[in-house]
Amino acid sequence: MTITKGPTGRHVPAAGTKAAKDVERARTQMLHEAKPRGRTRIGADVVLEALLRQGADVLFGYPGGVILPLYDVLGDYPDLRHVLVRHEQGAAHAADGYARATGRVGVCMGTSGPGATNLVTGLATAQLDSIPVVAITGNVPSALIGKDAFQEIDITGITLPMTKHNYLVRDADELPRVMAEAFHIARTGRPGPVHVDITKDALQQETTAPHPSEEEVAAGLPGFKPNFDGHPKQLRTAAREIDHAERPVILAGHGVLVAEAWDDLRAFAEKTQVPVAHTLLGIGGIDETHPLSYGYMGMHGWKHVNKAIQSADLLIALGMRFDDRVTGKVSTYAPGARIIHVDIDPSEIGKNVAVDVPIVGDVGRVLRALTPLVKARQREEREAYFAELAEWRRESERASWHGSGAWRDGLLSADFVIQRIGELTDHDATLIADVGQNQMWLARYAGFRRPNSHLSSGGLGTMGYSMPAGMGAALGRPDKETWAIAGDGGFQMTLQELATLVQDRIPVKVALFDNKKLGMIRQWQEIIYAGNYHSASLFGPDYLKLCEAYGIPAFRATTPDQVDDAIRAAQAVDGPALVWFEIAEEQNVFPMMPAGKGLSDLIEKWGGADE
Amino acid sequence: MSATDGAHPAAPTTGAAAAPTPGAALAPTARYVPGSGETRRHVLIAIVNNRPGVLNRVASLMRARNFNIESLAVGHTENPDVSRMTITLRGDDYGVEQVGKQLYRLIDVLKVQDVTAERRIEHELALIKVRATNANRAEIVTIVELYKGRVVDLAADSVMVEATGTEDDIDRLVELVTPFGIRELVRTGSIVMLRGAQTVEFEEKV
Repeated sequence: MTITKGPTGRHVPAAGTKAAKDVERARTQMLHEAKPRGRTRIGADVVLEALLRQGADVLFGYPGGVILPLYDVLGDYPDLRHVLVRHEQGAAHAADGYARATGRVGVCMGTSGPGATNLVTGLATAQLDSIPVVAITGNVPSALIGKDAFQEIDITGITLPMTKHNYLVRDADELPRVMAEAFHIARTGRPGPVHVDITKDALQQETTAPHPSEEEVAAGLPGFKPNFDGHPKQLRTAAREIDHAERPVILAGHGVLVAEAWDDLRAFAEKTQVPVAHTLLGIGGIDETHPLSYGYMGMHGWKHVNKAIQSADLLIALGMRFDDRVTGKVSTYAPGARIIHVDIDPSEIGKNVAVDVPIVGDVGRVLRALTPLVKARQREEREAYFAELAEWRRESERASWHGSGAWRDGLLSADFVIQRIGELTDHDATLIADVGQNQMWLARYAGFRRPNSHLSSGGLGTMGYSMPAGMGAALGRPDKETWAIAGDGGFQMTLQELATLVQDRIPVKVALFDNKKLGMIRQWQEIIYAGNYHSASLFGPDYLKLCEAYGIPAFRATTPDQVDDAIRAAQAVDGPALVWFEIAEEQNVFPMMPAGKGLSDLIEKWGGADE
Repeated sequence: MSATDGAHPAAPTTGAAAAPTPGAALAPTARYVPGSGETRRHVLIAIVNNRPGVLNRVASLMRARNFNIESLAVGHTENPDVSRMTITLRGDDYGVEQVGKQLYRLIDVLKVQDVTAERRIEHELALIKVRATNANRAEIVTIVELYKGRVVDLAADSVMVEATGTEDDIDRLVELVTPFGIRELVRTGSIVMLRGAQTVEFEEKV
């Protein structure tokens, strides 16, 4: 399926036809007249006008009692494509996936009560990973607030700690300002989700309140002034540190992608000849085939990368937050390293690790200011360092790779399947991880080259994320193939969205990694809980029949030689498709840093030699 | 404490001041874990938007981030658009700096200042209802007056005392009237103002 885009980049059904021109005319009228199509303008109109003003083209939602006034006028806004999900969690993840794949704000909505609480997991996912999402919910009429009315819950109380900001709007005249602020806050500085809860009477209330300009919005938020440029003195200090370092390592995080600073990162790394390690969400910030790209760090990262960090004399942390999955035990983390930490959020600096040179600012702007200040290095100047790194890398990459596709007795090896998906999609598709072993295999073996081509619920670790997020990614980047990489556990958490893929013809390919296990749970129980397995095995349906019931073409691979054909068959489908990979049931992801241990305490093997 | 100047006033140096030579044994000192230092009492002033729900946002953040508030007092200021909070809490300098930074993440928080090291007046108000009899009422009143307290209500079997002053002042007064029997005690928590011409105000960045 192809999605036609109009000249503005919006999704326009049947672009070029008379119908599409009528749509454009209606949209223009709607934006310039307070009373579209002969009826009065109400709060619901303000919300949808605001979405259009902000450049939204798709929204993911689910109707319900108190948000019906909004659905009542939604048909008057043909430029807004509404995707009816099967569960509000899917709407929030889809908005999140849209935002990650495009760099723009994703939009989701739901009704009061259960509709709103179902959005919560998705909002928390976006909050922990700093994803710009605007969530709109209806609430009961303002006179009923606090009365335990039908489907009433204190949803702004619930979303308060898991959003960047939230609003409860009871007056339609406030809506233009609130909607504009919501988008401004969601995407400015460190991005994040913003929740706008609107009472039913406010959605229905007539209003002529005008939309504010971006300047008026910024002026109305005196407490929200992110600092974008690094302090010049700190930049000079950082340059001095970098010039004198013998074993520096760049730690590239999500901030590189948020700031769209991948070119700046490459230029900086090349000038200074510093190897670049990346975090889980930093994947795609540097092309993994670049000679200075060293790989994925952390709990299930490459041993050579963790070793380089532990032996570094300088860490240059760019838009990352020293998560516990990255540092392990802080007291033994990078014991010989001084740390330069660049982040746009001052609270990240010094939160988990004390740093020597803090720089508050946008990673892109900081790098553009810093690069001219540092000494240019030649690769030869770091010959011994690079030789050692290369040796470590050769060793560590050999240790855990199953190039034949077989793990123990010829069972299908997950790392091999991931590698084939990366290869057969030319390392250009948007690949969305679920959570657990599949997420780690994807991070390690797909070989990412393009920014925003890897989506993963890193902070919250939300199982069931991949397919719903894939819906947003596929609609946001219809020019790229979209693959949801899911384990059988996560897939069964949100598989109701298969129906959405069909109804809205969203071309997400699902790679289902079925080991009949909650693989990461099984791995922890094997290694950390002395083999005391509990609730690690799970039944799944016949996925071919399941997909048949939904009308989705599905393919199956159980041996290494079937893998390529199955992937290609799914690629050939015009629309959604699923590949059921029946992988080895007891394969572990190595290396592994046990919780509470340090980066030097990696477990590389367990049991047999053929890990 | 400023969230935006990029400098980091309280950052202690990490475990390794000197860069080791490649291949050399690494410094054995453990890396400092933020928040693990010696704790002391800190006083923060926060200027916040005077809007519904802001107190909830601040309190919720404190709870979620595991910061232990000793007292929090909030009230109007000379500017009807903003309220002023005085927060006292215990923590190491690094951890308390993190409190300020986290508070700045709230859209409704305009300014946060740690005034622990400043010269300041720091007072709270307490109301104490003390058991009294005809035999000891005069004694109670004398003690209270010596402590610059005020008797604000009298009943047959009790005296209500109002006292203002530092936390210590009030602690001492409470200690002195405890033997008579305290029926009820309520304290506001500290409010703070800097001495001299200095003020804590939010100035909008242009």
